[in-house]
Amino acid sequence: MRREAPKSFADYTPLLFPGVMLVVFFVVPFSTMIAVSFFKRNPAGFYTPDFVIDNYARFLTTFFAGVLGFSLMLAVLVAVCCVSIAFPFTYLLTKRSRRVQTLWLVGLLSVLSLSEVIIGFAWSTLFSQTAGITNLFVALGLMDKPVALLPTFGAVLAGMIYQALPYTILVLYPALVRLDPTLLEAARTLGASPVKAFFNVVTPALRNTIVATLIMVFVFALGSYLLPQILGRPRHWTLSVLITDQAIYQSNMPFAAAMAVFLVLISLALVGLTLLVGRRENAL
Amino acid sequence: MTATFLRRLYFTIVALFLAAPLIVVAGVSVNARQELTFPPKGFSLAWYGQIFADPEWRLALIHSVTLAVCSAAIAVAIALPLAWFLWRRIAPWANIFQVLGLAPFILPPVITALGFLTFWATVGLFGQFFTAIISHAIFFVTLPLVTLSLGFASIDRSLVEAAATMGADDRTVLKTVVLPLILPYLVSGYAFAFVLSLNEYIVAYMTIGFTTETLPIKIFNALRYGYTPTMASVSVFFVAVAALVFGSIAKFGDIRRLLGAMSSEGN
Repeated sequence: MRREAPKSFADYTPLLFPGVMLVVFFVVPFSTMIAVSFFKRNPAGFYTPDFVIDNYARFLTTFFAGVLGFSLMLAVLVAVCCVSIAFPFTYLLTKRSRRVQTLWLVGLLSVLSLSEVIIGFAWSTLFSQTAGITNLFVALGLMDKPVALLPTFGAVLAGMIYQALPYTILVLYPALVRLDPTLLEAARTLGASPVKAFFNVVTPALRNTIVATLIMVFVFALGSYLLPQILGRPRHWTLSVLITDQAIYQSNMPFAAAMAVFLVLISLALVGLTLLVGRRENAL
Repeated sequence: MTATFLRRLYFTIVALFLAAPLIVVAGVSVNARQELTFPPKGFSLAWYGQIFADPEWRLALIHSVTLAVCSAAIAVAIALPLAWFLWRRIAPWANIFQVLGLAPFILPPVITALGFLTFWATVGLFGQFFTAIISHAIFFVTLPLVTLSLGFASIDRSLVEAAATMGADDRTVLKTVVLPLILPYLVSGYAFAFVLSLNEYIVAYMTIGFTTETLPIKIFNALRYGYTPTMASVSVFFVAVAALVFGSIAKFGDIRRLLGAMSSEGN
Protein backbone atom coordinates (compact mmCIF):
# COMPACT_ATOMS: atom_id res chain seq x y z
CA MET A 1 0.00 0.00 0.00
CA ARG A 2 1.44 3.32 -1.00
CA ARG A 3 1.52 6.24 1.34
CA GLU A 4 -1.16 8.66 0.38
CA ALA A 5 -2.50 11.95 1.64
CA PRO A 6 -5.69 11.68 3.71
CA LYS A 7 -8.64 12.16 1.36
CA SER A 8 -11.66 12.34 3.60
CA PHE A 9 -12.23 13.40 7.17
CA ALA A 10 -12.63 9.74 8.11
CA ASP A 11 -8.99 9.13 7.16
CA TYR A 12 -7.98 11.28 10.11
CA THR A 13 -9.81 9.18 12.72
CA PRO A 14 -6.69 7.23 13.84
CA LEU A 15 -5.21 10.54 14.98
CA LEU A 16 -8.20 11.34 17.16
CA PHE A 17 -7.32 9.40 20.31
CA PRO A 18 -3.54 10.05 20.30
CA GLY A 19 -4.13 13.70 19.43
CA VAL A 20 -6.68 14.30 22.16
CA MET A 21 -4.58 12.48 24.78
CA LEU A 22 -1.36 14.31 23.94
CA VAL A 23 -3.01 17.72 23.78
CA VAL A 24 -5.15 17.34 26.91
CA PHE A 25 -2.56 15.60 29.06
CA PHE A 26 0.70 17.07 27.77
CA VAL A 27 0.13 20.42 26.08
CA VAL A 28 -2.47 21.59 28.60
CA PRO A 29 -0.44 20.60 31.72
CA PHE A 30 2.60 22.22 30.21
CA SER A 31 0.69 25.44 29.55
CA THR A 32 -0.83 25.28 33.04
CA MET A 33 2.66 25.14 34.46
CA ILE A 34 3.74 28.19 32.45
CA ALA A 35 0.62 30.05 33.63
CA VAL A 36 1.25 29.08 37.26
CA SER A 37 4.78 30.46 37.01
CA PHE A 38 3.17 33.93 36.83
CA PHE A 39 0.74 33.26 39.68
CA LYS A 40 1.08 34.33 43.28
CA ARG A 41 2.02 31.95 46.04
CA ASN A 42 -0.77 31.03 48.42
CA PRO A 43 0.62 29.40 51.58
CA ALA A 44 -2.81 27.94 52.41
CA GLY A 45 -3.50 26.31 49.06
CA PHE A 46 -1.48 25.80 45.91
CA TYR A 47 -1.53 29.31 44.37
CA THR A 48 -3.73 32.32 43.58
CA PRO A 49 -4.23 33.35 39.95
CA ASP A 50 -2.48 36.63 39.30
CA PHE A 51 0.11 38.09 37.00
CA VAL A 52 3.38 38.75 38.78
CA ILE A 53 6.96 38.33 37.72
CA ASP A 54 8.28 38.01 41.27
CA ASN A 55 8.93 34.31 40.70
CA TYR A 56 11.26 35.12 37.85
CA ALA A 57 12.81 38.05 39.69
CA ARG A 58 14.05 35.58 42.32
CA PHE A 59 16.46 34.23 39.70
CA LEU A 60 18.55 37.33 40.26
CA THR A 61 19.49 36.34 43.83
CA THR A 62 22.97 35.03 44.54
CA PHE A 63 21.45 31.88 46.06
CA PHE A 64 19.77 30.97 42.79
CA ALA A 65 22.86 31.90 40.77
CA GLY A 66 24.85 29.57 42.99
CA VAL A 67 22.46 26.65 42.49
CA LEU A 68 22.35 27.25 38.74
CA GLY A 69 26.13 27.50 38.47
CA PHE A 70 26.59 24.32 40.49
CA SER A 71 23.96 22.41 38.43
CA LEU A 72 25.58 23.38 35.14
CA MET A 73 29.08 22.59 36.41
CA LEU A 74 27.97 19.19 37.72
CA ALA A 75 26.15 18.31 34.49
CA VAL A 76 29.19 19.29 32.40
CA LEU A 77 31.45 17.20 34.60
CA VAL A 78 29.12 14.17 34.38
CA ALA A 79 28.81 14.54 30.60
CA VAL A 80 32.57 14.78 30.07
CA CYS A 81 33.33 11.82 32.36
CA CYS A 82 30.62 9.64 30.80
CA VAL A 83 31.59 10.33 27.21
CA SER A 84 35.31 9.79 27.90
CA ILE A 85 34.56 6.43 29.50
CA ALA A 86 31.78 5.39 27.14
CA PHE A 87 33.26 6.33 23.75
CA PRO A 88 36.23 3.91 23.75
CA PHE A 89 34.09 1.33 25.56
CA THR A 90 31.26 1.43 23.01
CA TYR A 91 33.77 1.33 20.17
CA LEU A 92 35.36 -1.81 21.60
CA LEU A 93 31.92 -3.30 22.29
CA THR A 94 30.83 -2.98 18.66
CA LYS A 95 33.88 -5.06 17.70
CA ARG A 96 32.79 -8.00 19.87
CA SER A 97 30.57 -10.89 18.81
CA ARG A 98 26.79 -10.44 18.59
CA ARG A 99 26.33 -12.59 21.68
CA VAL A 100 28.64 -10.46 23.81
CA GLN A 101 27.00 -7.28 22.51
CA THR A 102 23.50 -8.57 23.30
CA LEU A 103 24.57 -9.57 26.80
CA TRP A 104 26.01 -6.13 27.50
CA LEU A 105 22.99 -4.34 26.04
CA VAL A 106 20.62 -6.30 28.29
CA GLY A 107 22.77 -5.45 31.31
CA LEU A 108 23.02 -1.78 30.35
CA LEU A 109 19.27 -1.49 29.80
CA SER A 110 18.62 -3.11 33.17
CA VAL A 111 20.83 -0.57 34.95
CA LEU A 112 19.41 2.31 32.90
CA SER A 113 15.82 1.41 33.82
CA LEU A 114 16.61 1.42 37.54
CA SER A 115 14.78 3.95 39.62
CA GLU A 116 16.83 6.91 40.84
CA VAL A 117 15.66 5.90 44.30
CA ILE A 118 17.29 2.50 43.93
CA ILE A 119 20.52 3.93 42.46
CA GLY A 120 20.67 6.41 45.34
CA PHE A 121 20.03 3.70 47.91
CA ALA A 122 22.58 1.34 46.31
CA TRP A 123 25.34 3.96 46.27
CA SER A 124 24.56 5.14 49.79
CA THR A 125 25.01 1.50 50.86
CA LEU A 126 28.24 1.12 48.89
CA PHE A 127 29.61 4.31 50.47
CA SER A 128 28.29 3.61 53.97
CA GLN A 129 30.52 2.89 56.94
CA THR A 130 29.06 -0.50 57.90
CA ALA A 131 28.49 -2.10 54.50
CA GLY A 132 30.62 0.11 52.31
CA ILE A 133 33.59 -0.29 50.05
CA THR A 134 35.97 0.97 52.75
CA ASN A 135 35.47 -2.37 54.56
CA LEU A 136 37.12 -3.96 51.55
CA PHE A 137 40.03 -1.50 51.76
CA VAL A 138 40.41 -2.34 55.46
CA ALA A 139 40.44 -6.06 54.65
CA LEU A 140 43.12 -5.43 52.03
CA GLY A 141 45.14 -3.44 54.56
CA LEU A 142 44.82 -0.15 52.69
CA MET A 143 42.93 1.61 55.48
CA ASP A 144 42.85 1.41 59.28
CA LYS A 145 39.12 1.51 59.83
CA PRO A 146 36.01 1.82 57.63
CA VAL A 147 34.61 5.32 57.07
CA ALA A 148 31.48 6.73 55.48
CA LEU A 149 32.17 8.31 52.10
CA LEU A 150 28.97 10.34 52.06
CA PRO A 151 27.51 12.89 51.97
CA THR A 152 30.22 14.25 49.69
CA PHE A 153 30.55 15.79 46.27
CA GLY A 154 32.41 12.67 45.12
CA ALA A 155 29.45 10.48 46.08
CA VAL A 156 27.05 12.67 44.09
CA LEU A 157 29.37 12.57 41.09
CA ALA A 158 29.82 8.79 41.26
CA GLY A 159 26.07 8.20 41.54
CA MET A 160 25.29 10.50 38.63
CA ILE A 161 27.97 8.97 36.39
CA TYR A 162 26.52 5.56 37.27
CA GLN A 163 23.08 6.77 36.22
CA ALA A 164 24.21 8.41 32.99
CA LEU A 165 26.85 5.93 31.77
CA PRO A 166 24.43 3.29 30.35
CA TYR A 167 22.51 6.12 28.68
CA THR A 168 25.71 7.47 27.11
CA ILE A 169 26.73 4.04 25.81
CA LEU A 170 23.27 3.43 24.30
CA VAL A 171 23.27 6.85 22.64
CA LEU A 172 26.72 6.24 21.13
CA TYR A 173 25.99 2.65 20.12
CA PRO A 174 24.07 3.27 16.84
CA ALA A 175 26.68 5.68 15.48
CA LEU A 176 29.59 3.38 16.32
CA VAL A 177 27.92 0.16 15.21
CA ARG A 178 27.23 1.70 11.81
CA LEU A 179 30.69 3.19 11.40
CA ASP A 180 32.02 2.32 7.97
CA PRO A 181 34.51 -0.53 8.58
CA THR A 182 36.50 0.33 5.42
CA LEU A 183 37.59 3.54 7.15
CA LEU A 184 39.41 1.53 9.77
CA GLU A 185 40.72 -1.02 7.29
CA ALA A 186 42.27 1.76 5.22
CA ALA A 187 43.98 3.16 8.28
CA ARG A 188 45.29 -0.27 9.26
CA THR A 189 46.51 -1.03 5.73
CA LEU A 190 48.40 2.24 5.73
CA GLY A 191 50.18 1.09 8.87
CA ALA A 192 48.31 2.68 11.76
CA SER A 193 48.18 0.70 15.01
CA PRO A 194 44.67 -0.01 16.36
CA VAL A 195 45.11 2.65 19.05
CA LYS A 196 46.38 5.20 16.54
CA ALA A 197 43.54 4.36 14.15
CA PHE A 198 41.05 4.87 16.95
CA PHE A 199 42.40 8.29 17.93
CA ASN A 200 43.33 9.61 14.48
CA VAL A 201 40.54 8.14 12.34
CA VAL A 202 37.52 7.01 14.38
CA THR A 203 37.42 9.90 16.84
CA PRO A 204 37.70 12.72 14.26
CA ALA A 205 35.19 10.98 11.97
CA LEU A 206 32.64 11.00 14.79
CA ARG A 207 33.46 14.45 16.15
CA ASN A 208 29.89 15.69 15.69
CA THR A 209 28.41 12.56 17.27
CA ILE A 210 30.62 13.12 20.29
CA VAL A 211 29.49 16.74 20.61
CA ALA A 212 25.83 15.74 20.22
CA THR A 213 26.22 12.98 22.83
CA LEU A 214 27.90 15.38 25.26
CA ILE A 215 24.88 17.68 25.01
CA MET A 216 22.38 14.82 25.35
CA VAL A 217 24.12 13.52 28.47
CA PHE A 218 24.35 17.06 29.83
CA VAL A 219 20.56 17.45 29.53
CA PHE A 220 20.09 13.99 31.05
CA ALA A 221 22.31 14.88 34.01
CA LEU A 222 20.45 18.18 34.52
CA GLY A 223 17.35 16.06 35.12
CA SER A 224 18.78 14.11 38.06
CA TYR A 225 16.44 14.97 40.93
CA LEU A 226 17.23 12.60 43.79
CA LEU A 227 20.90 11.63 43.75
CA PRO A 228 22.22 15.04 44.91
CA GLN A 229 19.68 14.88 47.73
CA ILE A 230 20.48 11.32 48.86
CA LEU A 231 24.26 11.35 48.33
CA GLY A 232 25.15 15.00 48.91
CA ARG A 233 24.65 17.92 51.29
CA PRO A 234 22.19 20.76 50.70
CA ARG A 235 24.97 22.75 49.03
CA HIS A 236 25.16 20.01 46.38
CA TRP A 237 21.51 20.42 45.40
CA THR A 238 20.81 21.03 41.75
CA LEU A 239 18.04 22.94 39.98
CA SER A 240 15.97 19.75 39.63
CA VAL A 241 16.21 19.04 43.37
CA LEU A 242 15.34 22.64 44.17
CA ILE A 243 12.24 22.50 41.93
CA THR A 244 11.02 19.35 43.70
CA ASP A 245 11.79 20.89 47.09
CA GLN A 246 9.93 24.13 46.33
CA ALA A 247 6.92 22.34 44.84
CA ILE A 248 6.49 19.66 47.50
CA TYR A 249 8.10 20.70 50.77
CA GLN A 250 7.93 24.51 50.59
CA SER A 251 4.61 24.35 48.69
CA ASN A 252 5.70 27.29 46.56
CA MET A 253 4.37 26.05 43.26
CA PRO A 254 4.68 29.34 41.32
CA PHE A 255 8.40 29.60 42.06
CA ALA A 256 8.92 25.91 41.24
CA ALA A 257 7.05 26.43 37.97
CA ALA A 258 9.16 29.47 37.09
CA MET A 259 12.34 27.45 37.65
CA ALA A 260 10.90 24.59 35.59
CA VAL A 261 10.16 26.96 32.70
CA PHE A 262 13.74 28.18 32.93
CA LEU A 263 15.02 24.58 32.87
CA VAL A 264 12.84 23.83 29.82
CA LEU A 265 14.37 26.78 28.00
CA ILE A 266 17.93 25.62 28.75
CA SER A 267 17.12 22.05 27.73
CA LEU A 268 15.28 23.04 24.56
CA ALA A 269 18.11 25.32 23.49
CA LEU A 270 20.58 22.48 23.99
CA VAL A 271 18.41 19.86 22.24
CA GLY A 272 18.05 22.33 19.35
CA LEU A 273 21.82 22.62 19.26
CA THR A 274 22.10 18.81 19.12
CA LEU A 275 19.75 18.67 16.13
CA LEU A 276 21.82 21.35 14.43
CA VAL A 277 25.04 19.42 15.02
CA GLY A 278 23.35 16.24 13.76
CA ARG A 279 22.16 17.97 10.61
CA ARG A 280 25.64 19.19 9.82
CA GLU A 281 26.92 15.65 10.17
CA ASN A 282 24.31 14.37 7.71
CA ALA A 283 25.18 17.13 5.27
CA LEU A 284 28.82 16.14 5.16
CA MET B 1 48.48 -9.82 23.46
CA THR B 2 48.70 -6.75 25.67
CA ALA B 3 45.93 -5.13 23.59
CA THR B 4 43.56 -8.01 24.39
CA PHE B 5 44.57 -7.84 28.03
CA LEU B 6 43.98 -4.08 28.21
CA ARG B 7 40.60 -4.44 26.52
CA ARG B 8 39.57 -7.16 28.97
CA LEU B 9 40.75 -5.00 31.85
CA TYR B 10 38.73 -2.04 30.58
CA PHE B 11 35.58 -4.15 30.17
CA THR B 12 36.06 -5.62 33.64
CA ILE B 13 36.44 -2.20 35.24
CA VAL B 14 33.26 -0.91 33.57
CA ALA B 15 31.41 -4.11 34.54
CA LEU B 16 32.61 -3.81 38.14
CA PHE B 17 31.57 -0.17 38.33
CA LEU B 18 28.09 -1.05 37.08
CA ALA B 19 27.76 -4.15 39.26
CA ALA B 20 29.41 -3.03 42.53
CA PRO B 21 26.44 -1.15 44.06
CA LEU B 22 24.09 -3.97 43.09
CA ILE B 23 26.38 -6.64 44.55
CA VAL B 24 26.51 -4.79 47.87
CA VAL B 25 22.72 -4.35 47.86
CA ALA B 26 22.25 -8.05 47.09
CA GLY B 27 24.64 -8.79 49.96
CA VAL B 28 22.87 -6.69 52.58
CA SER B 29 19.50 -8.08 51.43
CA VAL B 30 20.35 -11.52 52.86
CA ASN B 31 21.49 -10.33 56.29
CA ALA B 32 19.99 -12.54 58.98
CA ARG B 33 19.12 -9.60 61.23
CA GLN B 34 17.93 -6.11 60.51
CA GLU B 35 21.29 -4.47 60.00
CA LEU B 36 23.19 -2.84 57.22
CA THR B 37 26.38 -4.88 56.98
CA PHE B 38 28.45 -6.25 54.15
CA PRO B 39 29.61 -8.98 53.92
CA PRO B 40 26.25 -10.17 55.33
CA LYS B 41 26.09 -11.68 58.81
CA GLY B 42 24.21 -14.94 58.51
CA PHE B 43 21.92 -15.79 55.65
CA SER B 44 18.20 -15.26 55.34
CA LEU B 45 15.77 -14.87 52.49
CA ALA B 46 13.12 -13.55 54.87
CA TRP B 47 13.46 -10.00 53.49
CA TYR B 48 12.35 -11.23 50.09
CA GLY B 49 9.29 -12.81 51.70
CA GLN B 50 8.61 -9.43 53.35
CA ILE B 51 7.85 -7.88 49.95
CA PHE B 52 4.80 -10.13 49.75
CA ALA B 53 4.09 -10.79 53.43
CA ASP B 54 4.31 -7.29 54.92
CA PRO B 55 0.96 -5.55 54.21
CA GLU B 56 2.57 -2.16 53.46
CA TRP B 57 5.16 -3.50 51.01
CA ARG B 58 2.58 -5.78 49.40
CA LEU B 59 0.22 -2.86 48.89
CA ALA B 60 3.03 -0.80 47.35
CA LEU B 61 3.84 -3.73 45.06
CA ILE B 62 0.20 -4.00 43.96
CA HIS B 63 0.04 -0.25 43.31
CA SER B 64 3.25 -0.34 41.28
CA VAL B 65 2.22 -3.32 39.16
CA THR B 66 -1.28 -1.93 38.55
CA LEU B 67 0.21 1.42 37.56
CA ALA B 68 2.75 -0.17 35.20
CA VAL B 69 0.30 -2.62 33.56
CA CYS B 70 -2.35 0.04 32.90
CA SER B 71 -0.11 2.96 31.93
CA ALA B 72 1.95 0.86 29.51
CA ALA B 73 -1.29 -0.34 27.87
CA ILE B 74 -2.55 3.23 27.44
CA ALA B 75 0.85 4.33 26.12
CA VAL B 76 0.68 1.62 23.46
CA ALA B 77 -2.94 2.54 22.68
CA ILE B 78 -1.81 6.13 22.02
CA ALA B 79 1.31 5.18 20.09
CA LEU B 80 -0.16 2.50 17.80
CA PRO B 81 -2.73 4.57 15.85
CA LEU B 82 -0.31 7.50 15.72
CA ALA B 83 2.58 5.44 14.37
CA TRP B 84 0.23 3.70 11.93
CA PHE B 85 -1.13 7.00 10.65
CA LEU B 86 2.35 8.48 10.17
CA TRP B 87 3.37 5.38 8.21
CA ARG B 88 0.18 5.10 6.14
CA ARG B 89 -0.49 8.75 5.32
CA ILE B 90 1.43 11.70 3.95
CA ALA B 91 0.52 14.47 6.37
CA PRO B 92 3.57 16.51 7.37
CA TRP B 93 1.72 18.55 9.98
CA ALA B 94 0.86 15.33 11.85
CA ASN B 95 4.54 15.09 12.77
CA ILE B 96 3.79 17.63 15.47
CA PHE B 97 2.15 14.78 17.40
CA GLN B 98 5.30 12.74 17.04
CA VAL B 99 7.30 15.62 18.53
CA LEU B 100 4.74 15.84 21.35
CA GLY B 101 5.15 12.13 21.93
CA LEU B 102 8.95 12.37 22.13
CA ALA B 103 9.14 15.56 24.20
CA PRO B 104 8.26 14.23 27.69
CA PHE B 105 11.12 11.78 27.47
CA ILE B 106 13.78 14.24 26.33
CA LEU B 107 12.98 17.04 28.80
CA PRO B 108 14.17 16.66 32.41
CA PRO B 109 11.57 14.49 34.20
CA VAL B 110 10.99 17.06 36.94
CA ILE B 111 9.41 19.37 34.37
CA THR B 112 6.88 16.82 33.15
CA ALA B 113 6.15 15.86 36.75
CA LEU B 114 5.56 19.46 37.80
CA GLY B 115 3.35 19.98 34.73
CA PHE B 116 1.16 17.11 35.87
CA LEU B 117 1.15 18.33 39.48
CA THR B 118 -0.09 21.81 38.50
CA PHE B 119 -2.57 20.34 36.00
CA TRP B 120 -4.21 17.80 38.32
CA ALA B 121 -4.24 20.31 41.17
CA THR B 122 -5.94 22.88 38.93
CA VAL B 123 -8.66 20.52 37.71
CA GLY B 124 -9.20 19.29 41.27
CA LEU B 125 -8.35 15.62 40.74
CA PHE B 126 -5.01 15.76 42.57
CA GLY B 127 -4.19 12.54 44.44
CA GLN B 128 -6.53 10.17 42.56
CA PHE B 129 -4.81 6.95 41.51
CA PHE B 130 -5.95 7.10 37.87
CA THR B 131 -4.16 10.45 37.40
CA ALA B 132 -0.85 8.64 37.89
CA ILE B 133 -1.84 6.04 35.27
CA ILE B 134 -2.60 8.72 32.68
CA SER B 135 0.51 10.72 33.60
CA HIS B 136 2.76 7.67 33.22
CA ALA B 137 1.09 6.74 29.94
CA ILE B 138 1.93 10.18 28.51
CA PHE B 139 5.39 10.24 30.10
CA PHE B 140 6.36 6.88 28.57
CA VAL B 141 4.48 7.09 25.26
CA THR B 142 7.87 7.79 23.64
CA LEU B 143 9.00 4.17 24.04
CA PRO B 144 6.19 2.35 22.16
CA LEU B 145 6.13 5.24 19.69
CA VAL B 146 9.81 4.72 18.85
CA THR B 147 9.67 0.92 18.70
CA LEU B 148 6.44 0.98 16.64
CA SER B 149 7.77 3.58 14.18
CA LEU B 150 10.76 1.29 13.79
CA GLY B 151 8.45 -1.67 13.26
CA PHE B 152 6.39 0.09 10.59
CA ALA B 153 9.54 1.24 8.83
CA SER B 154 10.70 -2.37 8.64
CA ILE B 155 7.56 -3.55 6.81
CA ASP B 156 8.14 -4.36 3.17
CA ARG B 157 5.54 -2.23 1.42
CA SER B 158 5.23 -4.67 -1.49
CA LEU B 159 3.68 -7.19 0.92
CA VAL B 160 0.97 -4.73 1.82
CA GLU B 161 0.48 -3.79 -1.82
CA ALA B 162 0.10 -7.45 -2.78
CA ALA B 163 -2.65 -7.80 -0.19
CA ALA B 164 -4.36 -4.67 -1.47
CA THR B 165 -4.15 -5.85 -5.09
CA MET B 166 -5.84 -9.10 -4.10
CA GLY B 167 -8.75 -7.04 -2.87
CA ALA B 168 -8.09 -6.60 0.86
CA ASP B 169 -9.35 -3.31 2.24
CA ASP B 170 -7.48 -1.17 4.78
CA ARG B 171 -8.98 -2.94 7.76
CA THR B 172 -8.18 -6.44 6.45
CA VAL B 173 -4.62 -5.45 5.55
CA LEU B 174 -4.14 -3.99 9.00
CA LYS B 175 -5.46 -7.08 10.72
CA THR B 176 -3.89 -9.82 8.60
CA VAL B 177 -0.61 -8.30 7.41
CA VAL B 178 0.46 -5.22 9.34
CA LEU B 179 -0.40 -6.18 12.91
CA PRO B 180 1.31 -9.61 12.83
CA LEU B 181 4.43 -7.97 11.39
CA ILE B 182 4.70 -5.28 14.03
CA LEU B 183 3.64 -7.46 16.96
CA PRO B 184 7.24 -7.95 18.23
CA TYR B 185 7.74 -4.16 18.21
CA LEU B 186 4.43 -3.68 19.99
CA VAL B 187 5.43 -6.16 22.69
CA SER B 188 8.86 -4.60 23.21
CA GLY B 189 7.34 -1.11 23.32
CA TYR B 190 4.93 -2.31 26.00
CA ALA B 191 7.75 -4.03 27.90
CA PHE B 192 9.98 -0.92 27.89
CA ALA B 193 7.11 1.26 29.12
CA PHE B 194 6.17 -1.35 31.75
CA VAL B 195 9.66 -1.64 33.27
CA LEU B 196 10.24 2.12 33.30
CA SER B 197 6.84 2.81 34.83
CA LEU B 198 7.55 0.24 37.55
CA ASN B 199 10.76 2.14 38.41
CA GLU B 200 9.49 5.67 37.98
CA TYR B 201 9.52 7.89 41.04
CA ILE B 202 9.11 11.61 40.45
CA VAL B 203 5.95 11.68 38.27
CA ALA B 204 4.25 9.14 40.55
CA TYR B 205 5.34 11.13 43.60
CA MET B 206 4.08 14.45 42.27
CA THR B 207 0.72 13.00 41.23
CA ILE B 208 -0.23 10.53 43.97
CA GLY B 209 2.70 10.69 46.40
CA PHE B 210 0.63 12.17 49.23
CA THR B 211 -2.09 9.54 49.13
CA THR B 212 -0.55 6.36 47.72
CA GLU B 213 2.77 4.57 47.91
CA THR B 214 4.29 2.80 44.90
CA LEU B 215 7.42 0.73 45.45
CA PRO B 216 9.93 3.49 44.54
CA ILE B 217 8.01 5.96 46.72
CA LYS B 218 7.94 3.43 49.56
CA ILE B 219 11.69 2.85 49.26
CA PHE B 220 12.36 6.58 49.35
CA ASN B 221 10.08 7.13 52.35
CA ALA B 222 11.68 4.18 54.13
CA LEU B 223 15.12 5.62 53.32
CA ARG B 224 14.24 8.83 55.16
CA TYR B 225 13.00 7.05 58.27
CA GLY B 226 15.86 4.59 58.56
CA TYR B 227 17.06 1.40 57.05
CA THR B 228 15.22 -1.87 56.55
CA PRO B 229 16.67 -4.80 54.54
CA THR B 230 13.38 -5.07 52.63
CA MET B 231 14.54 -1.99 50.68
CA ALA B 232 17.53 -4.01 49.53
CA SER B 233 15.47 -7.06 48.61
CA VAL B 234 13.00 -4.89 46.64
CA SER B 235 15.93 -3.32 44.77
CA VAL B 236 17.27 -6.75 43.82
CA PHE B 237 13.74 -7.74 42.79
CA PHE B 238 13.62 -4.69 40.47
CA VAL B 239 16.97 -5.51 38.86
CA ALA B 240 15.80 -9.11 38.35
CA VAL B 241 12.52 -8.01 36.70
CA ALA B 242 14.36 -5.61 34.37
CA ALA B 243 16.97 -8.21 33.43
CA LEU B 244 14.23 -10.80 32.83
CA VAL B 245 12.18 -8.48 30.60
CA PHE B 246 15.14 -7.18 28.56
CA GLY B 247 16.62 -10.68 28.40
CA SER B 248 13.35 -11.97 26.91
CA ILE B 249 13.29 -9.15 24.37
CA ALA B 250 16.83 -10.11 23.39
CA LYS B 251 15.92 -13.78 23.18
CA PHE B 252 12.77 -13.42 21.10
CA GLY B 253 13.66 -10.29 19.16
CA ASP B 254 16.69 -8.42 17.93
CA ILE B 255 17.66 -6.05 20.72
CA ARG B 256 20.69 -4.80 18.80
CA ARG B 257 18.49 -3.64 15.96
CA LEU B 258 16.01 -2.15 18.38
CA LEU B 259 18.77 -0.12 20.03
CA GLY B 260 20.72 0.57 16.88
CA ALA B 261 17.85 2.52 15.44
CA MET B 262 16.24 3.69 18.65
CA SER B 263 18.61 6.48 19.48
CA SER B 264 19.16 7.47 15.87
CA GLU B 265 15.65 8.94 16.07
CA GLY B 266 17.19 11.68 18.16
CA ASN B 267 19.70 12.85 15.59
